[in-house]
Amino acid sequence: MTVLSDRQQLSYIAAQAADARLNVELETEGMTLNIGPQHPATHGTLRIIAHLDGEQVVWAEPSCGYMHRGYEKLTEVRTFPQVTTLINRIDWLGSFANEVPFILAAEKLMEIEAPPRAQYIRTILFELSRIANVSLFLGDLGVQMGAITPVFLAFRDREYVLNLIEGATGGRFHPNFDRIGGLKDDLPKGWIDETRQVMRKLRGFCDEIEDLLFGNEIFQSRMRGIGVIPADVAKSFGLSGANARASGIDWDLRRDQVLPMAWDKVDFKVWTHPDGDCFARCWIRLQETREATKIVDQLLDDLPPGPVMAKVPRIIKVPAGEAWVATENPLGEMGYYVVSKGDLGPFRVKIRSASFNNISVVPWVLKGVYVPDIITILASLYFILGDIDR
Amino acid sequence: MVRLSDTGTSETDAAPKALPGDGLREGIVDLLRNALGEGLVDTHLVPNDDLWVRVDRSVWRHTGEVLAADGFDYFCFLSAIDWLPSPWGRGEDDPDDPPPERSTEIVQGVAGGETRFQLLARLNDVRRHVGVTLKCDLPDDDLVVDSWVPLFAGANWHERETHEMFGIGFAGHPDLRNMYLPGDFEGYPLRKDFPLLARMVKPWPGIVDVEPMPALEEEEETDTAEGDTKGDESS
Repeated sequence: MTVLSDRQQLSYIAAQAADARLNVELETEGMTLNIGPQHPATHGTLRIIAHLDGEQVVWAEPSCGYMHRGYEKLTEVRTFPQVTTLINRIDWLGSFANEVPFILAAEKLMEIEAPPRAQYIRTILFELSRIANVSLFLGDLGVQMGAITPVFLAFRDREYVLNLIEGATGGRFHPNFDRIGGLKDDLPKGWIDETRQVMRKLRGFCDEIEDLLFGNEIFQSRMRGIGVIPADVAKSFGLSGANARASGIDWDLRRDQVLPMAWDKVDFKVWTHPDGDCFARCWIRLQETREATKIVDQLLDDLPPGPVMAKVPRIIKVPAGEAWVATENPLGEMGYYVVSKGDLGPFRVKIRSASFNNISVVPWVLKGVYVPDIITILASLYFILGDIDR
Repeated sequence: MVRLSDTGTSETDAAPKALPGDGLREGIVDLLRNALGEGLVDTHLVPNDDLWVRVDRSVWRHTGEVLAADGFDYFCFLSAIDWLPSPWGRGEDDPDDPPPERSTEIVQGVAGGETRFQLLARLNDVRRHVGVTLKCDLPDDDLVVDSWVPLFAGANWHERETHEMFGIGFAGHPDLRNMYLPGDFEGYPLRKDFPLLARMVKPWPGIVDVEPMPALEEEEETDTAEGDTKGDESS
């Protein structure tokens, strides 16, 4: 037997394998495709392991934990006011919205309520972080499918919102502005007029994105009917926010619960969509951005005068008890189960983040889809890595 | 120009629904009492706010079934609580001083409890806009409970996380692999007797606070004492 060189041996094996495959009438073998943790088409460090048969996914599983920071453990060694610095970083695109439910839970245990003006400003900043968060999603959505222009539009107009947040709080990304009993400061001079202008600009941005992207035939054919999640599946996985409303579940925590916030003072529409596909999820988010600008406008119109801080002791001790507060964050239902033992810091905080539940549906929804649709579905489910891993 | 949003592809009910009262929550308690009998251990109702129900371990899955059939089919979260007070407090002790005396008494929260570990879960009814928080005692020597995966698909990841962080087993779970930590990681990080190593190595607020301010020419030297709270800004 002649000795083959490595290269010859490899080509021989390849030829044999090709023959073997032809012999079973072009039946292809399975293949494992690893997407991420660092891949241009993933948002951050989510890794997806997909087993393929030809172009179709047989089995897919996200691998989490590349950004686990142990916030639930870290809250146990901090005082209540210090915790907001941490939880800002859970969903870093809408960070003010993360602070609100925790502060509300602490206030519920202390049986205090923020003054009306603080409630209004909280709601305004909450909706501004929703706009900052979702407008980036709308731009990013195009990039995932190869359209570059929308992301430039998104970054251009999101900058105005970030400037507003910076103007009011001092921080573009991590405001850390919410305090137990109210807010750190009142709004700066001229901020209200500027906000009204920016809201007009943002409505123009939504129209632009709708005409450019949502009306595009290629976009629709990549989105419609892809990644359909029925309502009962969405509920059993605990999908929330736009993902649930796109499956026809009429559930919005801004409207469906009593909170010391200003959402019950304004008139807004909770959009739902019966389809449950990628297009529905993206379309709901677009509509929510529009509604958010209207909410901000209405709140600015009847912003009440008065203090922004209630009377709270200098050293905050939260009475023993347990409280659950969830709000409708940009990504979905974000809740904190706070257990206090009457100490300076919480005894245990369970952080229920929206993306953790939203992304747990991925193994279910990716089954049987084609490879290019993996990216579309992941983009439309919209997650923030810090919100999955906490 | 006609836009998609003008075509009325969305359907939503315009009339605001009334928010649930305590009568509804009392009805839920009655329903569970009839269905579970002795399995319902304790309840706690905060008027106009929330409902807690503590059930026996043997009826944990049955509780989920009863509630899911009653409309609580929205799975919110599942986790656990370790009621042991932390042996290290908040990690703010001076390492040179003798360790302070700390209470080791286990005091459970609302709806009571008898064991150190309690399971904690929440289910929502999205039609009636009401939620219920469930608790379940787990004895230390047998930390196993029936899995909810056959009822709520979303419980899969939550039970994996709880298993990893508290060491609680779930009978009937298809795949209890670790989610975050390496597979051979030892210990259960969210248990109170698991030390937070960052605080063990350098007690808070850290030695930097008592050092004199650096002189002007040494300003380039940056301090990295807050290593655990920064570095998350990238997306």
